[in-house]
Amino acid sequence: MKKLQFSKICKNFGSVVANDNISLSLGEGEILSVLGENGAGKTTLMNILFGHYISDKGFIEVEGQRLTPGSTRASLDAGIGMVHQHFTLADNLTVLENIILGTEPLIRLWSQKKQAYKKLKTLSKRFGLLINPDAKVADLTVGEKQRVEIIKALYRDASILILDEPTAVLTPQETKQLFKVLKEMVNAGLSIMFISHKLHEILEISDRIVVLRDGKLVGEVATENASKESLAEMMVGRKVTRPSYEKLKIGKAVLELNNVCLNASERSTALSDINLKIHEKEIVGLAGVAGNGQAGLASILQGLASPSSGEFKLFGKNLVKYDPCYLTESGVARIPEDRTNEGIIGEMELWENFLGEELRSKAKSGFIIDKKQAVSNAEKLIQEYDIRCEGPFASTRLLSGGNIQKLILARSLSNNPRFIIANKPARGLDEGAISFVQQQIIDAKTQGAGVLLISEDLDEIFELSDRIAVIFEGKLQGPFDSNTVNINQVGLMMSGEVKAESLHEA
Amino acid sequence: MMELFEMMLTAGLWASVIRIATPLIFATLGELICERAGVLNLGIEGIMTIGAMAGWIWVYQGGELWGGVVFVAIVGMLFGFLHSILVVYLGLSQHVSGIGITLLASSISYYAYTMLIPFSTTPPKIVPFIAFEVPVLSSIPIIGEAFFNQSALTYLAYILVIVTFYVLYKMPIGLTIRMAGENPVANEAQGINVLLIRTGAVMVGSALMAIGGAFLTMSAFDAFYFGMINGRGWICIALVIFASWRPGKAFLGAILFALFEALQIRAQLIGADVIPYQIFSMMPYFLSIVAMMLVARRAAYPKALLVPFRQGDRI
Repeated sequence: MKKLQFSKICKNFGSVVANDNISLSLGEGEILSVLGENGAGKTTLMNILFGHYISDKGFIEVEGQRLTPGSTRASLDAGIGMVHQHFTLADNLTVLENIILGTEPLIRLWSQKKQAYKKLKTLSKRFGLLINPDAKVADLTVGEKQRVEIIKALYRDASILILDEPTAVLTPQETKQLFKVLKEMVNAGLSIMFISHKLHEILEISDRIVVLRDGKLVGEVATENASKESLAEMMVGRKVTRPSYEKLKIGKAVLELNNVCLNASERSTALSDINLKIHEKEIVGLAGVAGNGQAGLASILQGLASPSSGEFKLFGKNLVKYDPCYLTESGVARIPEDRTNEGIIGEMELWENFLGEELRSKAKSGFIIDKKQAVSNAEKLIQEYDIRCEGPFASTRLLSGGNIQKLILARSLSNNPRFIIANKPARGLDEGAISFVQQQIIDAKTQGAGVLLISEDLDEIFELSDRIAVIFEGKLQGPFDSNTVNINQVGLMMSGEVKAESLHEA
Repeated sequence: MMELFEMMLTAGLWASVIRIATPLIFATLGELICERAGVLNLGIEGIMTIGAMAGWIWVYQGGELWGGVVFVAIVGMLFGFLHSILVVYLGLSQHVSGIGITLLASSISYYAYTMLIPFSTTPPKIVPFIAFEVPVLSSIPIIGEAFFNQSALTYLAYILVIVTFYVLYKMPIGLTIRMAGENPVANEAQGINVLLIRTGAVMVGSALMAIGGAFLTMSAFDAFYFGMINGRGWICIALVIFASWRPGKAFLGAILFALFEALQIRAQLIGADVIPYQIFSMMPYFLSIVAMMLVARRAAYPKALLVPFRQGDRI
């Protein structure tokens, strides 16, 4: 018997079809990967399984038993555990509290924490998921939080585990560790559904792969018969080519930082003596492990913070006013790191978000918004940048990550900026969206913009950058001509091991 | 200045501090429970008013004092339920609904009172709870006289501080209440009905607010006056923040505010010819603001306070 069976699931959100007649099954002790681009309907399908949404049509069976729709409780009782993409943990509570929540009768005089500790310990040991039960969730790293999510499911004796984009937030080492745990769990008899758009991971971990596209199930293959190329084509619906990098003749300097320092703050580690020059028609990649001062540098370049000392020259002139509005108006475009919180206002409609960066200049006679013009502009950009949405009046928070990024690109790049700060522009996006975003950045460079590309993904840095700088504990090394360094050297500099002197500076 | 200092050591002062603090303890605990579940209840001022009125009416009509307390709790729960329908189930603005509840409950109180006692110039009186001494404890000097020679409702308030702490931190249901205020999605992901938990917390919290109001008519005074709650509800909103959403600190906060209040009443008598009395009346509020600035700046507020939870929403 199949462990889990989806039968003809349909789900619409307004006029958007999220799931269209999807049927698939999960066998006992199997790792099934569900592959698809953002917005293909993977998360919706899993939320139907977990009772967050109710499907419009179709039903789900667990070991032959129909699952009550729309009830998380029923799904949990059926042995389904889910590790959400956005963790469902309370930061102010401890690990143990998060785990035992809802596992005991509510009206009980004393929480049975002793037994809980014991069970937690056994589970941790058995699957190699080490965690301090008394730690506050807020103090955990992302990888540890995910561990808590997994233990939460195991604690309830789940026999089916759903992982929604589990590796999106993990370092390569953590991912390896996770895969070991997953293999362990399959050996212990669990069945696993692994949702992702990272092809090499899916090929590594799964027994079988199903592919979703535009809400439809478009393919199913055993992993041994699949390749990266065939999967990518199935997922996107056409051949995907990553944009290629081409060196251009550089122009004048657009940005010049001389001995810029910044004091440490909640947002960022301190910066010391940053020297950086970026020219027209070049992309400078900034590599580094997160938390080494990228946030501070990015906020200076966006006008959100002013350096404690040093010189900041923009387009050849000394910058006197650290004001994001002034910077945008003088030709700086920004692609913020946290696109949902810093990039858009989710509750507002698309056309309003398009106005976000340049309200002053786009307003009629200074203070009245020209709505008609703004809406038609939004319509034009939606078309041009292929933003999948219900139209300019759709609520922005309903867009998928990739489409939100397209919105941000459309908003900032359509003004022909001269300097672009792109902070992890491809993070969490799928293949199709990544190549789109990267192509846009390259096009902007060709048209004469200088770009600072901040990224943790070294492949991305090497694919796009003309020069590469490395940041470690608030100090910059380089930039070096990208032909003169290799991934290994940059990786070492990211951990602070190689000094700049030993390399030929470009 | 010396006089004030000497006053701090008298049992009389502390006895009145406790009397002033009792309604604040009830209502602050009530608000704290609501907010811990993620719901701000600005209906507090009105719910206290109708609690005061309902308790008084019950006894005036010949009912038992303790029966009156139960009646008051039920009335409070009804208004809590109304608030829940609006903000928990319909997800409306908690501010607007709360102010609406305050206006509605106050108006109903005054209307009912005027209808029942149409032509009185002096408010009719009831026989309120009387103070009784707790054996042994009341013989401790100063403290015993102040804390343990009070009305039964005050002792109930002490007990409720401990019970609230125990339920919130030791019982599974307390964990779900706190989680509902921190991350309702996490609650749902563990199979718990967030809407039910929030509704329950708001109803219980509102019952406590109503009892807090009733203390004024059934223990501190013996009659109902218009405007007798006089902003106490709003003070409790501030006290919850001052207490960083913890029951023990809420108790201390209520005592501290009551101390300011008791001192200012006495200071008015001493310094009235030098400084206008309005300055003294202002002091408790002024000092509360200062205390909040010092204490509550780093308070870890419930993350999902004011955030409506809609099931099936995109997450």
